[in-house]
Amino acid sequence: MSEFFTVSVLVATLAGGIRLATPFLLAALGETLGQRSGVLNLGVEGVMLIGAFAAYYTALETGSTVAGIAVAIGIGAVMGLIYAFLTVVMHAEQGISGIGIFLFGLGFTDLLFQKQVGTPLPIPGVGKAPIPILSDIPHLGEIFFDHNPLVYLAFLLVPIMWFVVNKTTFGLNVRAIGQTPEAADTLGVSVNLTRTFTIVIANCFAGLAGAALALEVGIFQQNLTAGQGFIAIALVYFGAWRMPWVMSGALLFGVVSSTVLQWKTLGIVSGPSSSLLAMAPAILTILVLVLVSRRVSAPAALTRPFDRAG
Amino acid sequence: MRKQSRTFTLLLALLAAFALLAAACGSDGGDDGAASDDGDGTSATEPAGDDGDDGGGGDALRIAVVAPSASNDLAFTQSMVDAVNAIGETRDIQFDVTDGTFVVEDAAAALRGYAEDGFDLVVAHGSQYGGPLQEIAPDFPDVSFAWGTAADTFGLPNVYAYTVRADEGGFVMGTIAAQLSESGVIGVVGPVEVGDAKLYVDGFAAGATNQDPAVTVNVNYIESFSDVALAAEAATAHVGNGADVLTGSAQMVVGATGVATESGVAWFGTQANQTALGPDVVVASQVYHWEVVLADIIAGIDSGTLGGEVFIATLANGGLVIEYNDGFGLDDAVRTAADATAAGIADGSISTGIE
Repeated sequence: MSEFFTVSVLVATLAGGIRLATPFLLAALGETLGQRSGVLNLGVEGVMLIGAFAAYYTALETGSTVAGIAVAIGIGAVMGLIYAFLTVVMHAEQGISGIGIFLFGLGFTDLLFQKQVGTPLPIPGVGKAPIPILSDIPHLGEIFFDHNPLVYLAFLLVPIMWFVVNKTTFGLNVRAIGQTPEAADTLGVSVNLTRTFTIVIANCFAGLAGAALALEVGIFQQNLTAGQGFIAIALVYFGAWRMPWVMSGALLFGVVSSTVLQWKTLGIVSGPSSSLLAMAPAILTILVLVLVSRRVSAPAALTRPFDRAG
Repeated sequence: MRKQSRTFTLLLALLAAFALLAAACGSDGGDDGAASDDGDGTSATEPAGDDGDDGGGGDALRIAVVAPSASNDLAFTQSMVDAVNAIGETRDIQFDVTDGTFVVEDAAAALRGYAEDGFDLVVAHGSQYGGPLQEIAPDFPDVSFAWGTAADTFGLPNVYAYTVRADEGGFVMGTIAAQLSESGVIGVVGPVEVGDAKLYVDGFAAGATNQDPAVTVNVNYIESFSDVALAAEAATAHVGNGADVLTGSAQMVVGATGVATESGVAWFGTQANQTALGPDVVVASQVYHWEVVLADIIAGIDSGTLGGEVFIATLANGGLVIEYNDGFGLDDAVRTAADATAAGIADGSISTGIE
C-alpha cells in the first residue's frame, strides 16, 4: 500500500479521476437542468453514443476534432427536439421514451459504424492543452491544468450552469415549472416551451459528453459509452439536483475508479478482492443515493407532463 | 385528448419499432450480406454458395456464429468470423453471424433461432454462453453445436468444445517484451480474469520473467470486456508507473492501444492482428486461427459425429500464429530468438509453465 501513497502516484490518480469524470459530468449537468424542469431522460446513454459516433466519424473524415465536437452537439440538439416532441408535445411516458431513445442510439450507432467504418480506425483525438503558468505549478498543475480542452470546459460549465439555474430569469422559470408547472403557467411562463429548451440543452450536453469520450480515447466501438449515460443519471440524484454536488459526485466516482485502477496496476489488490473492488464506485453511489433520498426531494413535477387543459 | 393519446401511442410504437429495428440491424450482420470478405478480415457475413434466404442452402454447409462483440472488433469475435470466412475459401458454405450479443439471453435466442432454421453447425463463441447452450442443444439432436472457449461438452453428443492455448503465444511475446523494455516495467490490461484472457496474460508474464527475471509485469484486470475508457485509463496508469511495453486482451483494448500510440510505447496484440490499431507501436500479434479447429469439427460433422470432442488451437497445429508488424522494425536477432521459442513450445521442448 505504501507505493500508492507517493506523490507521483497520488497526482496521477487524481488527474485520472478528473479525466474519467469528464464525460459523465457533462451529461449529468445537462440532465440536471432537464430534471429541474420536470423532464427525466433515460435516453442519455443513447444520445451520448450518437454524439460519440458523430464526433468520431466527423473527425475521421475531416481530420477536425472541432468539427466533430460541433456535429456531436448539433446531433444532440436534434435528438433533444425529437425527445421534446415525444414527451412535451405528445405527453409520452418519459421513462419508456427514454429507453426507446437509448435502444435507438445503441443500435443506430452500431449500424452506422459497421456500414461507414467497419474495423476500428484510430483518430488523433483531442490532445492535451496545458494551461500556461498554471500547469507549471508543482503537482497541482498536473492534476488540474494539464488536460484536454473538453475537461476544462466541463468543469467551467459547472458554475455557469449553477448561475443559469439560480441567478437568471430562465433558471427561475425552470425551477418553477419543475415544481408547480400550473402555478408557473398562471404567471405567464410557457411551460412547454421552457421544457423544450431544457431538453434540447440537456441533449446537447449529452452529445458533447459522447464527443468528449470518443475524442479522449481516439476511437469508436460498439457501445463505447459502456453505461456512462446511466451513471450520469445516477449522479443527478446523487447531487440532489444541484450542480456543484453533481460535480462532486462525478469527481468522487472518477477518483474512486482511478484509485481502483492504480491499486490494481501496482499489485496492491489482485484476484477476487480486485473483482470486488471494481464494484466500489457503484456501491458508493448506491450508498450515497440511499442517504440523499432521505434528505432531499426530487422536483415535484418530475416526469409529470403539463397540459393546460387538463 | 383521447385522440392525442392514440396518436401518441402510435408514435411511441413507431419509435420503439424503429429502435428495435436499428438495434437488430446494428448487431446482426446476417441479413444484409453486403460485407464480403476482401481478405482483410473485415467481413461481417459471407453467404457463400447459395442465396441464403430460403434456408435451403443446397449442398452448402450452413454455419452460424453467435458472438459477444462486433464482427470487426480486431479481437475475439473477428478471429472467429475470419476463420469461418477462411473455411469458405476451401468449401461451399452459407455463413450467418449474430454479433454484439453481450447479453446472454439475446445470444440464447439467436442460438435457438439458428438451430430451428436447420443450420448444420451453430457456434456459440463465448464461454458465457455455456449455460443456455446446455439447455438448447438437447432440443436439436440433429444440429451440431460448438462452444468456446471451453473444454466441456456437457456430455452431450451434439456439442463440440474448443479452446486455445493462448499462453503459448503469450509466452513468446513476453520474451520479446522483456528484451524491448528499457525500464524493466511491462503493463498488461486484461478484461476479466478468466478463459483465454487469463491464459494469455499468465503466459505473457511467464515469458517475460523467464527471459529476464528482473522484469516487473504489472497486470490490471479492469473487470470489463467493453469499457474502452477504463482500458485507456488503465494503460495510462501503467505508463505513469514506468511501463514502456504494453499488452492486453479482449475487445476493449482499442482504448489502450491509443494510449500506447500516444505515448510511443510498444504494444503486443492477441486474438486478431492489431497492427491497424497502432502501425508504429504494434510489435506483433498472436492471431487465433480457429479454422484449424473448425476444420476438425466439420470433418466430424461430415462423418456423422455431431459433437462430444474438445479441440484446442495451439502453436503446434497452426491454430495460433505469431504475426509480426514489419513496420515496427523489430531487431532480427530478437525475432529469430522468438521464432525459436515458438518452435520449442510447438515441439514440446519448452513449457510455458501454465496449466
